[in-house]
Amino acid sequence: MIELKGIDREFIVGDQTVHALQDVSLTVAPGDYLSIMGPSGSGKSTLLNVIGLLDRPTRGAYKLDNQEVTALSDDELASTRQTKIGFIFQFFQLLPRLTAIENVELPMLLAGMDPRERSQRARAVLESLAILDRASHRPDQLSGGQQQRVAIARATVMRPSVILADEPTGNLDRHSSGEVVAILEQLNQQGMSLIVVTHDPEIGRRAVRQIRMVDGRIEQDS
Amino acid sequence: MRAFDVLYYTWSALSRHRLRTLLMLVAMMIGVAAIIVLTALGEGARRYVINEFASLGTNLVIVLPGKSETRGHSPSVFVGETPRDLTNDDAVTLLRIPGVKRIAPLVVGSATVSWEGVERESPILGSSSSLLQLRHWKLAAGHFLPDVDFDQAAPVCVIGNTIKRELFGATNPVGQWLRIGDRRFRVIGVIASEGRSIGMDVQDLVITPVASAQAIFNTPSLFRILVEAKTRDVVPFVIDEITDLIKRRHQGEEDITIITQDAILSTFDKILSALTYAVAGIAAISLAVAGILIMNIMLVSIAQRTAEIGLLKALGASQHKIVVLFLTEATLLASLGALSGLLLGVLANTVIRHVYPAFPASAPLWAMIGAAGIAMLTGLIFGAMPARRAAQLNPIEALAHK
Repeated sequence: MIELKGIDREFIVGDQTVHALQDVSLTVAPGDYLSIMGPSGSGKSTLLNVIGLLDRPTRGAYKLDNQEVTALSDDELASTRQTKIGFIFQFFQLLPRLTAIENVELPMLLAGMDPRERSQRARAVLESLAILDRASHRPDQLSGGQQQRVAIARATVMRPSVILADEPTGNLDRHSSGEVVAILEQLNQQGMSLIVVTHDPEIGRRAVRQIRMVDGRIEQDS
Repeated sequence: MRAFDVLYYTWSALSRHRLRTLLMLVAMMIGVAAIIVLTALGEGARRYVINEFASLGTNLVIVLPGKSETRGHSPSVFVGETPRDLTNDDAVTLLRIPGVKRIAPLVVGSATVSWEGVERESPILGSSSSLLQLRHWKLAAGHFLPDVDFDQAAPVCVIGNTIKRELFGATNPVGQWLRIGDRRFRVIGVIASEGRSIGMDVQDLVITPVASAQAIFNTPSLFRILVEAKTRDVVPFVIDEITDLIKRRHQGEEDITIITQDAILSTFDKILSALTYAVAGIAAISLAVAGILIMNIMLVSIAQRTAEIGLLKALGASQHKIVVLFLTEATLLASLGALSGLLLGVLANTVIRHVYPAFPASAPLWAMIGAAGIAMLTGLIFGAMPARRAAQLNPIEALAHK
């Protein structure tokens, strides 16, 4: 459960204050499927970063699963991200020196999980995404679609309650895009909240709830 | 995070940049190996000198004319002249001291020696028959000086190997007449021993009875008196007795200086130890240079892996974990460098010992532990700043980094 109330985010660029988010209020229930669309610079990514605890709002209240997170320390934010939030990026952000399965194990490794359990869970997730046969390949030996599937496996292996995807199909061809969106929707049906930031209206329209942002404000929420 | 996972993760990062890692290791390795080899040389020199002294016998007491003050030295110590010289009579009386096993008076000078038209300058040593045992010398041919009174001159001499070779060539020198200055001496023996003694190469020496040398150089005084005590324990007693005796003979004036092997030994020991520390310190500077290199490479590494750091943060790594990861990387580099440096250093020392068997070059334990310790500490210290910088990166900016 995500509850944002009156969120402002201001950046100081030179001697000017840029209002990236202005008075944003948003509630996302467990299992929701949202798309956030809007022109460049409208605050989509900033909103996603605030929700993902990578950025702190200048003003406003943010409750994640009934816990006020605006006052948490950096380390508390890190451990909250670890267990509750899965990130999916436009450029996949896989570590090129690690194999696919090692990339998927990375969040569990950071959490200090037992190696055997780590490997079991990673294999299970890779299998459910139909890329277990690529487990020992390095990212540069995988296609874009396969890389994004490994990244989705990494984002979901800790069983987060929310998946935040920033332009997940921005770097993929039509066919792979379709596959990736289908996988994300499948995960959403399993109960994870899904928030997708996208430029692509076709993908945006698939979401149950569509949010349109302009100049740091939510203009439309359906 | 588990320690093994930290190491594996770090190792995967290091092994991806082979050249960079290798250069780093070489820098660290040279630093550590330099400490190991240089301290081994210093320590080897110390042990070599101590062994040389020990071979002369630690019961030896050297009496020289002139009083050396605790502050500064009277010039007489170096020139060998004082108001009251040490004489043969002084030397003879020393034999009466209980605890004295043997003594040898010494007169030193330089003169032209020649045989059948071949001549050279040679150091001349005037002494007595007891010098042979006192110095543990061995004879290659003939006899040593005859056992006669110190005052009794005799036209005989014993020569070193170099003199034999250069003047006599293939001829057997024993029985030949050698000209020293304007006097003639019959060669009665050849010294086989090598090495240096009181600053002179034994093989270069021409040794005559003390009175004969005094006649050549026209002086009644002695350069040194070597006294060998019966045991090491009586050395302090013998020193007191010598001081008393000479004082009485020299109208109550204490105008001699007594040196023991122990004193010389401990002085050399101190000097060479200090040298070893100094050299180790200089070598340690190269480790600091390697440390700065580590810092540079870590900063480059962090700049290149900015997006990775952002990802780690997004995946829930705390600042502390990121510091641990990058510090481990720096320390792992330093440790591997230190380890290969230790191996290289020990190998180099083995080669040195092989080439110069007489020189006991092996690094002391403190140098090995110290070098490895400093290397790892350097990794920690110089890795800390880059690691902290990595931990404090803004995750959003880091993730956007290409």
